[in-house]
Parts: sequence; structure tokens; C-alpha cells
Amino acid sequence: MSKELTSRRPAWAASFEEEPSQAMVPPPALTALKPFGWARNNLFNSRLNTALTLSCLAILWFAVPPMLQWALLDATWTGTPEECRAAEGACWSIIAAKHRPIFFGTYPYEEQWRPLLACALFLVALGVSAMRACWRPWLVGVWFGCLTAMGALMWGGVFGMTYVANDRWGGLPITLMLSVFAIALAFPLSVVLALGRQSGLPAIRALCVGFIELMRGVPLVSVLFMASVMFPLFLPEGVTVDKLLRALAGLTLFTAAYLAEAVRGGLQAIPKGQYEAADALGLGYWQKMMLIILPQALRIVIPPIVNQFISCFKDTSLVTIVGLYDLLTAANIATTDPEWRPFFGEVYVFVGLIFWGFCYSMSRYSQWLERESNKFNRR
Amino acid sequence: MTNVARILNSAHARGLFYQGLVLSGAALIGWYLVSNTLTNLAKRGVATGFDFLGREAGFEIGESLLTYSAADTYLKAFAVGLLNTLTVSVAAVVLATVLGVVIGVGRLSSNWMVGRFAAIYVESVRNVPLLLQLIVWYAVIGRLPSPRTAPEVLPNLFFSNRGIKYPTLADAGSHAPTLLALAAGIGAALWLARWARRRRETTGRPFPTLITAAALVLGTPLAAFLLNGVPLHLDVPVREGFDFAGGGTITPEFAALFFGLSIYTAGFIAEIVRSGILAVPHGQTEAGLALGLKPGQVLRLIILPQALRVIVPPLTSQYLNLTKNSSLAVAIGYPDLISVSNTSANQTGQVVEAVALMMAVYLVISLAISTYMNWYNRKLSLVTR
Amino acid sequence: MTENAIIELQRVGKWYGHYHALRDVSLSIGKGEKVVVCGPSGSGKSTMIRCINRLEAHQSGNIIVNGTELTDDVKSVETIRKQVGMVFQNFNLFPHLTVLQNLTLAPIWVRGTAKAEIEEVALSYLDRVRIRDQAYKFPGQLSGGQQQRVAIARALCMRPQIMLFDEPTSALDPEMVKEVLDVMIELAEEGMTMVCVTHEMGFAKSVADTVVFMAEGSIIEVAPPAEFFGNPRSERTRQFLGQILEH
Repeated sequence: MSKELTSRRPAWAASFEEEPSQAMVPPPALTALKPFGWARNNLFNSRLNTALTLSCLAILWFAVPPMLQWALLDATWTGTPEECRAAEGACWSIIAAKHRPIFFGTYPYEEQWRPLLACALFLVALGVSAMRACWRPWLVGVWFGCLTAMGALMWGGVFGMTYVANDRWGGLPITLMLSVFAIALAFPLSVVLALGRQSGLPAIRALCVGFIELMRGVPLVSVLFMASVMFPLFLPEGVTVDKLLRALAGLTLFTAAYLAEAVRGGLQAIPKGQYEAADALGLGYWQKMMLIILPQALRIVIPPIVNQFISCFKDTSLVTIVGLYDLLTAANIATTDPEWRPFFGEVYVFVGLIFWGFCYSMSRYSQWLERESNKFNRR
Repeated sequence: MTNVARILNSAHARGLFYQGLVLSGAALIGWYLVSNTLTNLAKRGVATGFDFLGREAGFEIGESLLTYSAADTYLKAFAVGLLNTLTVSVAAVVLATVLGVVIGVGRLSSNWMVGRFAAIYVESVRNVPLLLQLIVWYAVIGRLPSPRTAPEVLPNLFFSNRGIKYPTLADAGSHAPTLLALAAGIGAALWLARWARRRRETTGRPFPTLITAAALVLGTPLAAFLLNGVPLHLDVPVREGFDFAGGGTITPEFAALFFGLSIYTAGFIAEIVRSGILAVPHGQTEAGLALGLKPGQVLRLIILPQALRVIVPPLTSQYLNLTKNSSLAVAIGYPDLISVSNTSANQTGQVVEAVALMMAVYLVISLAISTYMNWYNRKLSLVTR
Repeated sequence: MTENAIIELQRVGKWYGHYHALRDVSLSIGKGEKVVVCGPSGSGKSTMIRCINRLEAHQSGNIIVNGTELTDDVKSVETIRKQVGMVFQNFNLFPHLTVLQNLTLAPIWVRGTAKAEIEEVALSYLDRVRIRDQAYKFPGQLSGGQQQRVAIARALCMRPQIMLFDEPTSALDPEMVKEVLDVMIELAEEGMTMVCVTHEMGFAKSVADTVVFMAEGSIIEVAPPAEFFGNPRSERTRQFLGQILEH
């Protein structure tokens, strides 16, 4: 019990900091309530710690006020580039002026409510999927409907909406769609690959291992290049696949290889007894996998899948290299406007915050999920 | 009939049948793709094969460790690209490791503020795409003052939009004795450390290793330097027109890639270090202390050997990721392997060969590193079981 | 008794945050004395013996071990840890070292003993705990009882004057408890000063000179085993004994 009460920090970490002189400190029960006592116990309990605390404070002192000054107090929120040039601080008016092309790229201006609505639908679907209570078969239906609606919104050509070819799509919808489609398409492929890698048939195992190791051994950039320049060569004459689909294919294959390793981890975590019990009941290979092993293994791998989704989300920014118009490309293009050129920093901060917001909340979610499922397993 | 049934129901025969089915399916798809590609290439009049590697490349490369000119062959261009990839990767691995270890240990600190700082670093760096970070670094360096007004951060060290200018040692030959002495000093110090540890283990007598080793590493080259007549000639960068003359240069592309990769990867390494240290049960520390070992000895003899076992495998894969991520160089114009093979593909039209070559090189690097990792894991797991 | 005490606790107090783990604990243990500490879980018995070699730092009162007062002075802690051996509930053997290396590590690095010399000693201790044939195996290859005997031998290799046992048999399967207790009894017969937190009442009856009963961070009763089990003074002790002797 005493172990639980002491902090989880390794003892040597404390011991290095010159054995905090606890015997001299009055019992913490008497001081813990006062912030002063807290600071002494946590920030100034040894010479080294005092020095570290003071340097941290110094960094804060020198960094935070100028940053606040720049980002908030001296900032220009609405106004022209000239006003921005005259002001000292950040020029957030570039965001006001450029947010449309940053979010939606070259999508026709009057029609931009459609990608906006599509993104909103998407976020709602993501939010619903995040709730454990909604992990039911109907969720697949929700996604199917949601994606159909998104496609209808983006392409148009139905319900009186004008047709917009997908080479005019850009910005946030591209980033969201690429990452979700890539993970959704990669998932079944990854299960097949993982089963293949665990298979007792050498030729199938070799094929899967070869594919997985190839994809994990090369950078995504090279896969995207392959997808964008080599796919057209692979197909018979006259058949063309557009740039977006090619990038999606590359991203999917790449993600599938990494996901397959996560799924394999889940398969390996299932006790041997489960396989034996299934065999003993007389189930065939596919029955065994579908009814016994995969339902358990996939539950274990949900957190790694979410983590893979986060890196996939970050990785979509690489499609800018093969000339797709994602959020980052859109931001880049927005900074090339000669009038606004000096204020590139604000655009990157803005886009960075968007990416950060998505990734951070998803990673918190995955940590929470992991804790939850641990609780479930312990019970 | 029964024979047929026996064959149909034999697990072995079924296995063979499924494998044959999958393999022939794969072969069929492969053949289809290859034949399509060959037809397409023939129609476009593109040559096949790796003969182009021997031809003159005809393009310049921004920076190179080898002497390279446009008149050199494609093969040499690829070598330059590979070398650039490896240079920036190795440099970034070093900085990322140092930063990552400091931040990882910082996150475990008993100091609340240090812990917060480290946590903020990790959470902000890991959740923003590396490409965005690289672009920001590149943009920041690109908007530094021009050489005319560039700040002199340290004496003879300039940060400008032409990159970082630093002094180099002129007349390199005269420093050979010093460098040799330094190498000898490091070698002697390493040998001394081994010897002192062995002596300690066999006879129990301690030896002031740290001080002696420091004296060897610093003293030997210093002595050689002094004996050699203090040959100190620096080649310092000097502002000249729109640029600098003399000194060494770290190009903006290299600097952006180097800082971007190190800072991004350090966030991941920090988490690995932290979880590695936490993975060693607290009882191990207590047992060591109860036996009378000093905290430093507990760390060195008990915690680190166990934590490293947990840390090394994911650390290696982070190194691998860093190397692969260096391919983002192509976005900011650092001439790495990918950018060279891109240029070659554009010029010769031999896309398939160029992409295959670049993937093969990365694959070889990856396989080499993971082979090493497997060997290391086996070596460690032998010790525990 | 206080005159020739080897361990002396005077009004020792300890808090974890707001939790009062030790309340004015005073106890003195003579040289060669065998003390068994018992009490319900959370009563502070582990905390108390962990204060004796400063795995936990006490916050008020004094602890004097073999004439050295324990303070935050690093030297005094080092001196005392060299003289006090400890055996843990979860063995805490070093999994990356062989059994023999586990035994020789501290003598080499703390006492500066030559390796060849200490290996002889270590093997003789392994002999005494009847496990010499396992010397070149790794801890993970041994059973719990074997691991705990190695842990005892490891502590003895430092030639301590005092041995602390923190529930040494609680993590063992029933059939392994005896092999560990046998080693402890042998050690007691040789005159080692022992402080042992345990629920093995049989061991307490046959080996202990003194039984200490703790509850809620305080010492409730200190008595020779015959008196403790035969005629406990406090109601709390009777209640505790009633609970554990039922089984």
C-alpha cells in the first residue's frame, strides 16, 4: 500500500536531486494546503530543482509576454495588408481574408457551403463513432450514408447542385476524406495481411511478409511518387485514374502495412487456449477467426488503430508533394499572395493549430480508450 | 474414388491448393501490370533497363560531399543523393537522441515545472505534421536577414538567409597531429574505462576513471597542439557583397531539415525513454539501495541495463522513421536521394527504374537496421532467459 | 535494554500527504534479538521496517541503527545500508544478472571486495540456502521459493549485522513457504539480529524473542510470543489474533 502512495517516479530520480531533506520539513499534512508548501515540496526541494525551476521561470518570463504581445495585444484582427504592415503584432486579418481558400481550395466560391456541410457531416460521424455506446452494426450504415451524402455534396450533379470535378476540390475536405478513406480501406486489407502473415502456408506468409516489409521499409513519399507516376503505366491504354484516387491508393497500401502489424499484435495477444478451444469445438479456420479470434483481437487493437489514424491524418499532408490540394498546400498557396506575403507565419500557425487540435484530441481519446479497455479486461 | 476423396480432404493437399491459387493469382496480376507497363513504355518510346546510370546526368546538385558536376554520371548523382540523405539522417539522429533523452528524463523529474515543460514539448511537437514543421523552419531561415545585416551570433558565426556560416580550420594538414592525438586520447580513455571496470570487478579496488579519462581526451590533443607550435589559422566567414566569403556553410535546406527532423523525432524518443525507465519496477531500485549501492550505481548497474532492453527496439525504429522522413527533403529542395531520382526520372523518362532504385536503397537501409535490431534483441533476450 | 540496543526508534512519525502512516513509533531491539512484526494490512509495519534502512524517510523522531543516527546525511545512510540486509516480498532479484552476479554485485561495488574472493563466499552462501547448482542461471528460471532463497543469500553476502524481512513468504505458493522459513530459522539460530514482518504465526511462536503488534500506524503491543499468543493485553490484539488463528 505504501507503494501506491509514493509517486510513480523512479526513486533514483529523487535520489539524484540530493535526497530531499524531508526529515527537516515539517510533516506535509500541516503544509500541504498552502500553495507555499506545495511549491517548496515540488519546485524548491533541492538545490538542483531550485535552479531548474528558476530557469524555467526565466524562460517563461522572456518568452510569454512578447508572445502574448505579438499574438493578442498588438495583433490586427481585421484590416488591410497595409494596416498589418503598420502594426507591430500578428496579422490575423490574413486568416479573415484567406480562410475560404485555406479551407476549401479552389472549390467554386458560391458553392463552398457544400464542402462545409460535408466536413460538418464528417465531424458528426467521427464524433458518433467515438462513443462506445454507438459501436453497433448500424454505425457502418451511418458511415455509408454519410460518405454517400458527402460524395453527393462534393460532386454535385444531383438535387440541382452543379457538378464540381474533383480536381477543383481542396483544403480541409481533402485532408479529412483522404485520411478516413485510407484508414477505412486499409483496415480490411490489413486484417487479411495480418492473417496471412500468421498463416501456416509458407507461400501466403511470404507474400504477406514481403508486402508488409516493403511498405514499411520505404518512405511514404516514395510510395506516393510510385502511385502518381507509375500507376498510369500499370493500366491498359485509355484507362485513367485521377490524381486523388491514385494518392488514396498509395496512402491506403502504405497504411495497410502498418495496420497489419497492429492487428498482428492483437492476434498474438490472444491466448493460445482460445485457438485450441476453437479447434476443439470443431470450428474451421474461417469460423475460428471470424467468431472467436478476430472479435477479441480487434478489440485489443482499437487504440493502435486510432494512433495509426492520427499518423495517417498527419501523413495526408504529404500529398502536397504529388500536387494535390490539401490543407497544407492551400495554406502554402495562400501565403504566396504578394500583398500578404510577409504574414506567412500567421497562416502556418493557424493551419498548425487545426492539425494539432485534431491530432491532440484524437490522441487523448486513444489514451482514454486504452484505459477504458484495460478496465474492461481486468473485470 | 476413396483415393480422390483422401487427396481432396488431406490438409496438406488443401494447403498446397490454396497456396497455388494465391500465387498464380498474384503472378497473373503481376504479369498483367508488367505487360501493360511494357506496352505503355514502348508506345511512349522510353528505353528500359539501367543503362542510363552510366550516362552523363547533366544537372547540378546544390550540395554534395563528393565532388560532383553536371558532367558526372547518373550513378554518381544517385550516390550524392544517398550520401546527402545519410548525412542529414545521421546528424539528426544524434541531436534527436540527445534532446529526446533530456526531455524524456525531464518528464519524469520531481520538479513539477520541468515535467510540464517536457510534456508541452512532446504534445505540441508530435501532433503537428512534420512537413508543416519543415516548411515553417525553412520559411523562418529563408526570412533571416541577408548577409549584409546578418547577426553574428557568436564570434564568426553568422545566421543569414544564405544559411549558417561558421569558421573552419584553414590549412587542414597542420591539424593532423592534433586530430590523431584526439583519436588516440579517446581510444586510450575507452580502454582505460574497460580496464578500470574489470579491475574493480576482479580486485575490488576503485579507480578515478572519470577524471583520468577526461584528462586523456582533453590533454593528449592539447599537448599535441602545443608541441606542434600552436598552428591556429581559422578560415573565417567575411561579409562580401551579397554573400559571405570563406568559412563553412550549412545551407538553409540542410539546416531546416536537420532541425525539423531532430525536434520532431525527439518528441517520440522522449516518450520511449520515459516508458523505458518506468518499465523497470520500483523494487529494483529499492533492492539496489538496500544493498548499499549509491543512486548513481543503481542507475548504471541496475536500471539502465534493464531499461535499455525496453528502449532500444522502439528507438531503432524511430531512427528508421527519421531516415525515411528525411525524404520530405524533396518539399524544401534539399538534394536527397528522392529529389535526385525525381530529377533523373524527369530527364530520362525512366520512371520505373528511378522509383525502383530509390525504393530499393531505402529498403536496404531499413533491412540493414532491422537486422541489426533483431540481432541486438536476440543478444539481450539470451541474457534474460 | 536501551543500553545495548542495536536498533532504536524514538517517537518516529511519517506522513504520506495527509495520510498518517506512523504515529510516534518507539521500539528498541537488542543485538541478536529476533523481532516479528505483525498486524492488519495498512497498519504501517512495512513502512516501519523500510524506515530502518531509509527506503522511506521518517519525518519526525529519531532512528539510531548500530550507533549511527539516520538523517538525510548521505554518509549515514550509506553506513547503515552496509550493515542492514533486506529481503523483499517480491524478491526483487536483478533479472539481467545471473544468480551469482546478483550475489556478488554489491560486495564488489560497495565493499570493494575482489571478485574471486567474493565468488567463493557467494557460493558458500548458496550452499547454505541449498541452491548452489543454480548459481549460473538467471532469476527468471527459478521458482519463487528458490528466488527468495537467492535474495536471502544476496543480502547475507554483504555480511550484515541486521536482517530485515518484509513479508518474505507472502508472494510464495504454500509449498514453497517452508523452504524459505527453514533458511530463516537457521539464520536465527546463528544469532543474527532479525526484524521480520510476517503473517506466519508458527514462525513467530517458535523463533521470535519479541512479537510487535501494530495497527493504524501505532505499536499496540510488544510482548514475548508466549505472552502475546497466550494472554494478549489489548482488545485490538485479541481481535486480530481471533481473525488470523481461525484458519
